[in-house]
Amino acid sequence: MTTKLEQKVIPLNGDEAVALAVKQSDVDVVAAYPITPQTIIVEKFSEYVANGEVDTEFVCVESEHSALAASLTASLTGARAFTATASAGLALMHEMVYVTAGCRAPVVMAVTNRALSAPINIHCDHSDAMAERDSGWVQIWAENAQETYDSVIQAFRIAEHKDLLTPVMINLDGFFLSHTLENVKVLPDDEVRKFVRTREFPLVTDTEGKQVPFKLDPNNPLTLGPLDLPDYYFEHKRQQEEAMHIAPQIIKDVHDEYAQLTGRSYGNGFVDTYRTEDAEIVTVCLGSAAGTTKTVVDFLRSQGIKAGALRIRTFRPMPVEDVVKSLEHAKAIAVLDRSNSVGANGGPLFHEIRHTLYETLPRPSMINYIYGLGGRDLPPKIIHGIYKDLYELSKTGRVQQRVQFAGVRE
Amino acid sequence: MTQQPKTWKEISPAGVCWRPATDYLTGDWRTFRPVKDPSKCTKCLLCHMVCPDSAIKYNKQTMDVEFDYNYCKGCGICANECNSKAIKMVKEGEE
Repeated sequence: MTTKLEQKVIPLNGDEAVALAVKQSDVDVVAAYPITPQTIIVEKFSEYVANGEVDTEFVCVESEHSALAASLTASLTGARAFTATASAGLALMHEMVYVTAGCRAPVVMAVTNRALSAPINIHCDHSDAMAERDSGWVQIWAENAQETYDSVIQAFRIAEHKDLLTPVMINLDGFFLSHTLENVKVLPDDEVRKFVRTREFPLVTDTEGKQVPFKLDPNNPLTLGPLDLPDYYFEHKRQQEEAMHIAPQIIKDVHDEYAQLTGRSYGNGFVDTYRTEDAEIVTVCLGSAAGTTKTVVDFLRSQGIKAGALRIRTFRPMPVEDVVKSLEHAKAIAVLDRSNSVGANGGPLFHEIRHTLYETLPRPSMINYIYGLGGRDLPPKIIHGIYKDLYELSKTGRVQQRVQFAGVRE
Repeated sequence: MTQQPKTWKEISPAGVCWRPATDYLTGDWRTFRPVKDPSKCTKCLLCHMVCPDSAIKYNKQTMDVEFDYNYCKGCGICANECNSKAIKMVKEGEE
C-alpha cells in the first residue's frame, strides 16, 4: 500500500517507540512505576515531561497497584490515560486490571512481557500477560518495534470508542523488542493527533431524565464503581462480554483507517498469516518469535514443503473465525507458547487454538511446544526441528507427545 | 404491581449510579453518635479535618463545628483525635 504521507525513519527500540507514540497521542495523564524491561518507556516519557515537550500530568506513584489505580481514576474523569508495566508489576496490578475493565475505563497500557518470579528473571516470557487474559482487556501482541508504535496509537482509538469503553493492553516482548534498535517509521505529530482525536463519551439518562456524558463531572454528579450485589453484578459482567463481541469491528475499522493513512497493516488486524493459503504444516505463536518462524517457512518453501506460519495479533478478543479460516488446509499444527499453564497439559495459547479448531473437520493434529521461558532463545534450528516433527505428524497423524518443551536441557 | 428487573441491555454500564453519593444518607449506619461538650472545645478544627465522611462542617457564622448526622457513620475518629477530649461517643437512643 502506498501513501503520500511523509514519514521519518528513526532508530528506536520498542520501549522508545511506545513512549513516542504516547507523546504524540495527546495523553492527559500518565501514572507509571519503572520496572525492567519496561523502564525505558517511563524514563523516556518523564524526559518529555521534564523538557516541556508534553503537557501531560505525570504521576510518580509508589507502586504499580497505584499506577493503574491513578490511570483508571483519571480515565473516569474523561482524561486520556496511559500506563506501562511488566512482570511482577502487572501481577501487583492484578486487582486494578479487573477494576479498570469492570469500570469500563479506556486506559491503554503497554506490557513489556517478562517472566514472573521465582526464580527471579528479567527476560522475555508471556506469563505476566497470560495471567490477565480473563480480565476483560483487549490484548494486542506486537511482532516488532514498528508494530508496537503503530499499535499504541491505534489502541487509544479502540479503547475510547464510545460503544466499547474497554481498556487495551499492548504487549511487546521484553528485550527482544523493548531493547533492540530498529528503524521505525514515525508519523508527524499533527497526523497522530488528528488520528487519535479527542475522547467521546456515550450519553446516558440521569434520574432527572437529563442526558449526561458518562464521566465524573462535578456538574453532573454520579457514582462510579459502586457495590454491585447478586442482583446486578452478573448483568454488568454480561455487558463486558458484549463489548468483546463488538470489539472486532472497531479494531478492524481503526486498523484499516491507520493502514490507509500510513500504508502499514498487520495481517487483517487480528491474525498475521504467512504463506498459509495452502500450508499443510503451520506454527502458531505470539509476538517476536513470528519473525523467526517466517524465516524458517521461507527456507522450507524453497525445499518444496508446504509450510506456513500464523501469528495471533489480537489475542483478546480471540479472532475465532480468522484462526479457523487461516488454518483450513493445515493437517498438522504446532502451537508455540512462551508461557506454561503448569499442570494443565499445555500452554494457554495451545488450549485456545485447539479449542477453536475442535469443530473443524477434518480436525488437524495438534501439538504444543513450550519455548523460551525466562528469555531462552528460540533459534531457527529449533523451529526447523518443530516443522520436521510437524511434517512427520502430517504424514502419520500419530501424536507421540502432545506437549513438549523446546530448547530445555532434558 | 411488581416491576421486572432490568436485563443487561437496559442497565447503565459498569454499575454507574445516576445519583450523587450525597443522595445516600449513610448516617443511619451509626451505632454511636459524637456529642460535643462546648465548654471543652477549643475550636481547633482537628475533628473537621480528620472526619473521613466530611460530616463535620465548619460554620462561618457561628465560627464553630457542626456534626452532619445525615452522613456521620459514628466511626469515632473525631472523638479519638480530639486533644481536649471534647467529643464523647454516645450510644444512639441513650443520652
